[in-house]
Amino acid sequence: MSARDEVLGRIRTAVGPDRDQDPAPAPGGYRTHAGLGTAQLLDQLAERLSDYRARVRRAEPGGLLDTVAGALAGRGARRLAVPPGLDLPGPLDGVQLVVDDGLPARELDGFDGVITGAAVAIAQTGTIILDGSAGQGRRALSLIPDYHLCLVQAAQVVGLVPEAVARLRPDRPLTWISGPSATSDIELDRVEGVHGPRTLEVILIGG
Amino acid sequence: MSRDGPAPVYLGLPTAPRGVGHLRGTEPFPVAARRALGNSQLRRNLGRATATIRAKRAAVVSELPDWEQLRLAGQAIKTETMRHLDRYLEQLESQVAARGGVVHWARDAVEANRIVVDLVRAAGATEAVKVKSIVTDEIGLNEALAQAGIRALETDLAELIVQLGHDRPSHILVPAIHRNRAEIRDIFLREMGDADPGLTDSPAALTEAARLHLRRAFLSARVGISGANFAIAETGTLCVVESEGNGRMCLTLPDVLITVMGIEKVLPAWADLGVFMQLLPRSSTGERMNPYTSMWTGVTPGDGPQQFHLVLLDNGRTAALADPAGRSALHCIRCSACLNVCPVYERVGGHAYGSVYPGPIGAVLSPMLTGVEDNATLPYASSLCGACYQVCPVRIDIPSVLVHLRARHVEESHGRLPSPEAVTMAAASWVLARPARYQAGQRAGRLGRLASRDGRLRRLPPPLAGWTVARDAPAPPAQTFREWWRAHSAGEAGRAGGVFPPGRRSRGVPGGRPPGEAP
Repeated sequence: MSARDEVLGRIRTAVGPDRDQDPAPAPGGYRTHAGLGTAQLLDQLAERLSDYRARVRRAEPGGLLDTVAGALAGRGARRLAVPPGLDLPGPLDGVQLVVDDGLPARELDGFDGVITGAAVAIAQTGTIILDGSAGQGRRALSLIPDYHLCLVQAAQVVGLVPEAVARLRPDRPLTWISGPSATSDIELDRVEGVHGPRTLEVILIGG
Repeated sequence: MSRDGPAPVYLGLPTAPRGVGHLRGTEPFPVAARRALGNSQLRRNLGRATATIRAKRAAVVSELPDWEQLRLAGQAIKTETMRHLDRYLEQLESQVAARGGVVHWARDAVEANRIVVDLVRAAGATEAVKVKSIVTDEIGLNEALAQAGIRALETDLAELIVQLGHDRPSHILVPAIHRNRAEIRDIFLREMGDADPGLTDSPAALTEAARLHLRRAFLSARVGISGANFAIAETGTLCVVESEGNGRMCLTLPDVLITVMGIEKVLPAWADLGVFMQLLPRSSTGERMNPYTSMWTGVTPGDGPQQFHLVLLDNGRTAALADPAGRSALHCIRCSACLNVCPVYERVGGHAYGSVYPGPIGAVLSPMLTGVEDNATLPYASSLCGACYQVCPVRIDIPSVLVHLRARHVEESHGRLPSPEAVTMAAASWVLARPARYQAGQRAGRLGRLASRDGRLRRLPPPLAGWTVARDAPAPPAQTFREWWRAHSAGEAGRAGGVFPPGRRSRGVPGGRPPGEAP
């Protein structure tokens, strides 16, 4: 007998008559909507992102380019990787943007940072989620450079985790990001910046 | 305890095999616990760590008005999963395969190790980068890889400290919590090979040293190995939660990804993540959300590993499933909240449990995976205070399962030599049957005062010695209640209206509390 058939057979033996019951309906009772307006959602997201040591800037759509330029200048970042499909409203003076067309990991390691969009953000937990579609790039792109500047549109912000799960597409590779990488492995002292980007900066657009 | 012969079978279902992996300690819990209690450094570290994480957890749990509803939902989802586990695994298999992944089934640790070794060899690699994964530690994968000439590189900071220190993890969430910064610095300088000799012992400097040490490995890795926090049957999606980004590196950069997962980790539906992605981070690190979570479904062209293998592992899980009173132990999502609230774990630490699964959940899960016979002391490694049940995000009633496993242990040891407990109970029934024997026994017991210190007896003589392996016994009082009563009743009997039985004695007995009665 194959291992597959044997393990499945063991499960059927182990569970016994309980198997004959119909599948239970998905349980409810927990909150699936925060019931907050856009302005409240953005405020909560900004507060929770900051709480996890991400830097947060707010921008109106018309002022996005200046806000991006300000963030990059503050960081001293001049050569950045960007995913295909990231549409910035214009060129950035003195900044070189290199579109990722499958750059080797070692090359990504040499950039000053990366700029991406996002798919969904969760206000309650201070989480931004990338799904690899246009403007977000493959997973390695937002992982290897040491600085990640993420652009989040107001319409992408939801209140609670279940709302985000309902919006996401499971067939896409997903990365949930809540603050910069961190460890508390040595005497529970929190150290930010282990392997992922050591600095996460988020620009919240609109609202 | 490593023993000879095949592992026990429970209701016809094989438990995890002996001689491979890390589910059995080399000594009984009371012996290991006694030694751990003598390590003041360990107790200090553990006390601080568990108190800190407890407080963080309590704060973020209190933020959610629907926490109890989430726990109930988590429990319901897990109960349903176990009831139709075969269906959900078949569904998971077909979804992963439909998206270009390959699913392997492993009856036990030996088979899982062989599958992974063969996959790494087929990839032509002699090194693999690993995400922190308890299940691969459970099956002893690193040792199996080493025997095959393959170097497994642990990339989680704590796991790296444990691996370089030739040590064992002591906590599910923070495996190197038994080490302090000076020890970690020494380990890095001695074992890393590329550490700066001027390395200081600040956590930031030590973390930076690990970052540099591992970066080269990540950027050239051909094979990554991970566990899984969740797998969604409906969509074939795998999920790994982490903090450092080492997980993202291992899951994204290699050409080949091998994920080893216990069969109980499957969840029925995508929407279930809306529950579990709230329960796990808040219960585990005490954060609203952990810094990084990766989810992937099969293979995505142009993004991440282009070969994905999922190994579904039994290794005693079906034997646990066969016990209706204990199968809820399989609901565990490895958050470690129960460790942090456990008065026993807080004092003895993870090593004393002998298994990769320590603390309250380990005291039920390990004996169920190995058969109670092979971890017979663990169900007793608890005061049954119930704190673990209160914090468990999927409401596993750990105290009840512990009691159930104690009963199983007693039943399964029937037919052997009578236990000290049985001998003691037989003696007690003889003594208690006649008042004269009882009084003589009390007088004899008073001799114990001679051996006591601070009113405590550290060791009772056989057959009672078992009681004091893990506890002190109170020294017998200088005067028994009956003697005290005789001395006092001369003056009080008239007022009290006669002698009443000791069991109905009023709290306000004149003359204060009788000696030898507990407050």
